[in-house]
Amino acid sequence: MIIDQIWMIVWTLIKIVAIVLPLIIVVAYLTYAERRVIGFMQGRMGPNRVGLFGFKLWGLAQPFADTVKLLLKEIIFPANANKFLFLMAPVITLATAFAAWAVVPFSDGLVLADINAGLVYILAMTSLGVYGVIIAGWASNSKYALLGALRSAAQIVSYEIAMGFALVGVLIAAGSLNLSEIVQAQQGGFLNWFMLPLLPLFVIYFVSGVAETNRAPFDVAEGESEIVAGFHVEYSGAAFALFFLGEYANMIMISSLTAIMFLGGWYSPFGPESWIASINGLSWLAQPSILWFFMKTGFFLLLYLWFRATFPRYRYDQIMRLGWKIFIPITIAWIMVIAVVKVYKPEWIGA
Amino acid sequence: MKMIKYLKSLTLKELFKGMTVTGKYFFKRKFTIRYPEEKTPKSDRFRGLHALRRYENGEERCIACKLCEAVCPALAISIDSEMREDGSRRTTKYEIDLFKCIYCGFCEESCPVDSIVLTDIHEFHFESEGKNVLNKKQLLEIGDMREKEVAQCRENDAEYR
Repeated sequence: MIIDQIWMIVWTLIKIVAIVLPLIIVVAYLTYAERRVIGFMQGRMGPNRVGLFGFKLWGLAQPFADTVKLLLKEIIFPANANKFLFLMAPVITLATAFAAWAVVPFSDGLVLADINAGLVYILAMTSLGVYGVIIAGWASNSKYALLGALRSAAQIVSYEIAMGFALVGVLIAAGSLNLSEIVQAQQGGFLNWFMLPLLPLFVIYFVSGVAETNRAPFDVAEGESEIVAGFHVEYSGAAFALFFLGEYANMIMISSLTAIMFLGGWYSPFGPESWIASINGLSWLAQPSILWFFMKTGFFLLLYLWFRATFPRYRYDQIMRLGWKIFIPITIAWIMVIAVVKVYKPEWIGA
Repeated sequence: MKMIKYLKSLTLKELFKGMTVTGKYFFKRKFTIRYPEEKTPKSDRFRGLHALRRYENGEERCIACKLCEAVCPALAISIDSEMREDGSRRTTKYEIDLFKCIYCGFCEESCPVDSIVLTDIHEFHFESEGKNVLNKKQLLEIGDMREKEVAQCRENDAEYR
C-alpha cells in the first residue's frame, strides 16, 4: 500500500523530469533558432561559431555556452532591494510557466495530469505568472523595472480577457474543458480542425498569446529603447536566466496550446480516410502522432520569431486599443455566432 | 471608404505583406563575410603596416633624406643618419611610432627612392609597452617579407599615379 504510493510519487517525478528536461533543451535551442532566424531575415548569418571539439556545426553549441555564461555570472542585488522578493520573483515566473505543462497532452494519453478542468488550470497558471513580473519590478527598487512591470502587468491582464473569450469559443465547440477531449473533438483531418469555424478566434488567440508573453511587436514592457529591459533590468546571472527560461517556456506553451485548441493537436492534417492513407509507403502520414503536435508547435514558434523580425513595436495606447476595443468585441461576437451554430447546426463545427 | 479600411485591417493584409518581405529575405544570400576565413579584397593602395624596401642587390633604399620625417603630420617618424665607410649617407636610426601614425601615406608619397612604403598588412597588435615603436631592423624585415606583394601592388597602381 505504502510502497504503491511511494512508487506513484516516484513515477510522477520521473514523468515531470521527462517533460521538464526536454522543455529546457527546447528553450535553449529556441534562443538559438531565434537569433538564427532573425539573422537570416535581416540578411545576416546569426551565431555560427560555437561548436564542439573543433567542429563548428553551424553554431549549435551556442545555447550551452550562453547557459554556462549566465550561470557563472554574479547575481547583483540593487541597493535597498527587497532581497527575498527579489529572489522569489524569478522562481514564481518559472514555476508557473513550468506548472502549466502538467496538463498539456502531447499525444493520445501522453499527459501528466489528465484533469477535467485543464483549460481553467492553464488560465490560472498563466495568470499567476503576472505576480512574478509585478514582484520583480517592485522588488528591484528601480524606476525602469517598476515602469516595465506596470506596463507588462496591464498588458497581460488586458489580453488575458481576449484570450479567455477566444477559449470560450473553443469550449463551446468542443463541449469540454479537458484538453485531451478538446483535441479528440477535432479528430479526422484538416477540415475538422477548429481553425476553420473559429478562424477569428484562432487569430485573436495567437496574437493575444504573443502579447501575453510580452514578445515583439507587443514588447513595450521590455522596450529596449525606452526602459532598457523592463521588469528584469536589475537581474543578472542565474536569476535572469530563470526569467529567460520562463519567458521562452511560456512562448512554447502558447504555441502548443494554439496547436491543441485550433489545429487538432496530435492529429494528422490528412484524415484517416484521405487519399494519402491509401498510398502504401505514406499511410503513416495520415496517422495521429506526437510528431504532428511538435510540427504544429514549431510552426507557431517560427511565427513568433517571424513577427519579431518583421513588425515594429506597437505604441502603448495602440496595444490597449487593440486589446480592449477590437479583440474583445470580435471575440464576443464570434462566441455568439458559435453558440448559435452549435445549437442549430452542430455538424458544422467538428464531430 | 472607412469600411474598406476596416476590412483591410481585419484581413491583416499589410501584416502578411510585411511577413512576405522578411520571409523572402530568409532565403536570400547573406551579406556576412566570415572574417578570418573569408576576407574582402584589398585595394592596391591599401595603407597598412609600414616597411622599408631594399634594392634587388640587397642594398637598402633609404638615403636618409628625412623628407618623410618632415612631411609626417603626426610626427611619428624619427631618423638619425651618419656617413657609412663607403661615403654614402645612411640612417642609423629609423623609428616609427605606430600609436602616433595616422596611416596617411604621406611618407610613402614623399619618398624619392620608394623606400618607405605602407604594406597591406592590417592585422597586427602589440603585447607590451614600447613594442608600438618599430625600429629600422623590424621595418627592413617587414620589407623583406612582403617585397613581392609590395612591388606587385606598386606596379598595378603605377599607371594611375
